[in-house]
Amino acid sequence: MSEALSAALPPVKRRNAELVMLLFAIGITLFALIEASLTRNGEMPPNLFLYGGLFGGLALLAHVFIRFFAPYADPLLLPLATLLNGLGIAMLWRLFEATGDTSRGSAMDQLILTAASLVVFAAIVYFLKEPRVLQRYPYITALTAVFLLLLPLIPGLGMTINGARQWINLGITSLQPSEFAKIALVIFLSGYMVTKRDVLSLVSKPLKIGRVKVLDLPRMRDTAPMAVMWGFCIIVLVILMNDLGTSLLLFGTFLAMIYVATQRSSWIILGLTAFFGACVMLYPLVPHFRTRVVTWLDAFNPEVFCTDEVIANNADAFCVQAGQNSQQLVQGLFAMGEGGILGAGLGGGKPGHVPEVQNDFIFSAFGEELGLTGLMVMLLALALLAQRGMRIALASRELFVKMFASGISFLIAFQSFVVIGGVTRVIPMTGATIPFVAKGGSALLSSWIMLALLVRMSNNARKPAPVAIQDEGATQVISR
Amino acid sequence: MSELTLLLIKLAFLAVLWLFIIMAVGVIRTDLFGPATSKKRSSARGREAGRPRPARPARRRRNEPRSLVIVKGPLAGTSIDLTSQPIIIGRAKDSTLVINDDYASGRHARLFPDNGRWIVEDLGSTNGTYLGQSRLTRPQPVSIGQPIRIGKTVLELRK
Repeated sequence: MSEALSAALPPVKRRNAELVMLLFAIGITLFALIEASLTRNGEMPPNLFLYGGLFGGLALLAHVFIRFFAPYADPLLLPLATLLNGLGIAMLWRLFEATGDTSRGSAMDQLILTAASLVVFAAIVYFLKEPRVLQRYPYITALTAVFLLLLPLIPGLGMTINGARQWINLGITSLQPSEFAKIALVIFLSGYMVTKRDVLSLVSKPLKIGRVKVLDLPRMRDTAPMAVMWGFCIIVLVILMNDLGTSLLLFGTFLAMIYVATQRSSWIILGLTAFFGACVMLYPLVPHFRTRVVTWLDAFNPEVFCTDEVIANNADAFCVQAGQNSQQLVQGLFAMGEGGILGAGLGGGKPGHVPEVQNDFIFSAFGEELGLTGLMVMLLALALLAQRGMRIALASRELFVKMFASGISFLIAFQSFVVIGGVTRVIPMTGATIPFVAKGGSALLSSWIMLALLVRMSNNARKPAPVAIQDEGATQVISR
Repeated sequence: MSELTLLLIKLAFLAVLWLFIIMAVGVIRTDLFGPATSKKRSSARGREAGRPRPARPARRRRNEPRSLVIVKGPLAGTSIDLTSQPIIIGRAKDSTLVINDDYASGRHARLFPDNGRWIVEDLGSTNGTYLGQSRLTRPQPVSIGQPIRIGKTVLELRK
């Protein structure tokens, strides 16, 4: 069998496998709700059927929809997303509904947002028959991405939450436009890389030290896209908006995609050098960034943690303000340590000690209640999702779809890394959200949009080639 | 609710989570080993092989090439099986082998069988087709392993 053929996926539908896995994922969600309620309140959850019916019904509807409109889609995408989303809902239920405090959010809200996201999911799968049409307007897409990213800077519309200016106020609800900008950016980069691939990958200038060739550097003028991307990420996102997470995510995705397109490590070396150089330079200048680094490296220092003693000595110390101390990070680490290998059981821990536990730190709540065993499942589910995306990229025939699918799966993987790395103190806290899991409408919606794109692309990569009516060599079947 | 029951529920939940992951990995096994039905099909093929084969494959000579492999260029690693049909190579979408190479013409070269040999013919391309080191001026037979260069792409016949 040739290599080209072995990279393609077999044209099998496997919808029944998807159904079984999906029912399993719904069952796990209900099991999680029951366990949390039994452990915490000693009774069955009062509206189990409401949640089970709504969540299960929504997921099954999505399944039926895929059965009709994308029958060759990858069978694991929907169940994995459902599992992550369901675990998130169960954890929010345990954090809010089970404790009777729904002032900061509730599982019901998240469920309604899931329903809305699934509508968008269905619309994208239905209307976007060929993802390659997105290739048509790369620069308009890029402008859209930039516009969305800068939207929170407009006075009156933008909102600052936890020191980061990344929300816009829409009256009834707030929206985080950067979540959608990153998808637009991946579309632009895919289209751009497909056209500029040869220039970026072939033309090079060897960098020599003495007689030894160290590195093949790109020509100065070819580095313009990277310079623009770098400048944008650093200046706008870090300095103007204090949105470190998005900046890191976008630049990381850019580097990954340029590497996928060109297979040249010099781009990565160049990009990382520029990024870390900028970080070192910005460190003394941007206070928000400095706080993040200090609370990361020196998290256990009483001054940084802001213990009661420190506050008693100096009531208006700098660290008293929310987001200026390492309490969230350290409490999250303690919570995960408390969980150990097997965890305290859903409902058995005390995740309320971690401030804002429903957002990024929902990961530490899982760590406390499901232990390392449960966290591994979550990481594996995210890894499988990214792996399926890469598999779709390998199996597709079109260059644009290859770039797009790998870009999206890298986005999922890198976003998970940025959040989980921050929570586990591997990298500084950045303020992004775990795909599908964390509370928040924009994040959930953008995750489901990414899933819809993957479902559509996997369907197109897998479906058998259309059969010609007659066996004419020169006639080619074109599907639209 | 006793402590023991809760402990059992907790362990059961973790077990169920892992079962999900194991089942998910089981589903993507088909990536590596093909769909489950292919086992049946291949065993059927095996039975067929036991019977005397129809004449056609027997007619093949030993040293006849079986596939055309791209060894260098943007599509490196791709191969197509040779049948009795001619192969048109070029950038045009209706070529048999569509190569994504800036230095190739729309319809660049043709490869066709002639009495068990494969002949390569340049179709008036701009940058030419090279067989080994020399540029093609007329159709020439290709032997196995001889490099055919079209733009940045290098092709070879393989057994």
